[in-house]
Amino acid sequence: MLEKGATAPDFELNATPDQKIKLKDFKGKNVILAFYPADWSPVCSDQMALYNEMLKYFNKYDAQIFGVSVDSVWCHLAFEENRKLHFPLLADFEPKGAISKAYGVYDEEVGESKRALFVIDKEGKIAWSYLSPVAVNPGADGILDALEELSKK
Amino acid sequence: MSILKPEINSLDHIQGDDSASISIVEFGDYQCPYCGDAYPIMKEIEETFDYQIRFVFRHFPLTNAHEFAFSAAIAAEAASLQGKFWEMHDALYENQYRLNAELFDELAETIGLDLEQFQQDSTSEKIKRKIEDDFDSGVRSGVNGTPSFYINGTKFDGGATDLYQMLKESTE
Repeated sequence: MLEKGATAPDFELNATPDQKIKLKDFKGKNVILAFYPADWSPVCSDQMALYNEMLKYFNKYDAQIFGVSVDSVWCHLAFEENRKLHFPLLADFEPKGAISKAYGVYDEEVGESKRALFVIDKEGKIAWSYLSPVAVNPGADGILDALEELSKK
Repeated sequence: MSILKPEINSLDHIQGDDSASISIVEFGDYQCPYCGDAYPIMKEIEETFDYQIRFVFRHFPLTNAHEFAFSAAIAAEAASLQGKFWEMHDALYENQYRLNAELFDELAETIGLDLEQFQQDSTSEKIKRKIEDDFDSGVRSGVNGTPSFYINGTKFDGGATDLYQMLKESTE
């Protein structure tokens, strides 16, 4: 898993069937990457549902959040619509898990991303990373602490 | 390990005695079915362990997932201004299965609130801020879903049933 200080590997992933997100387009903004195993976990304990409530916090720290899993764009679209998510979910779908692998958070055995968080600073360097046990939703306090730290620089 | 921030204070809704040896803080959402399931278990915990327990409820509404969660929290806070937070809290969970926008006034009447005052208070910015402050406290304390429990200031990794079990074992 990539750690603090490493350059965040660039990527180009689909957020919708016809929209690609490139990490390098977000230079000058803080970026949060939340890798997670799969869409459709139960809602009240769902990590994405929590981040969805926190967009104004991320905004305050000039940070854009992306969820990343190996689900396809169509699956992401249905999930976003069902859960009324207001931030992009990226499909690490083809080649499967390539970006998760580049960040060192791919689980080869189950073929899903691990549950991992990265905060990337405005220059594209990893400022904080955290690997959570797959069954445990890591919450958001770690992300906020990392963003707080960056805002003091 | 996640720690409760800020600690229990005078702005909180508290049941039980300050001298209780076990303080439980729940972060909950009135529309969350898991919180609804936890409600009778929390009642049972309070009854079983009685004076040993101090119970605090903080709001953690997932407003995108649950369309009535925020207005339900408002109803509880508006009731609180007439000294009936817990009456509304209980009524909301007991009627969770039929939660909708018309329910709040009905519950307000049932528990004997001054309805006009209740409706007026429901639009108060101060109440809105109190709920947002609770949410903020949850986020800072590492709440990752609802319900989330804190025992004597430390996050408890488990649901209400696990909590009951743990208390039973530790007081035996």
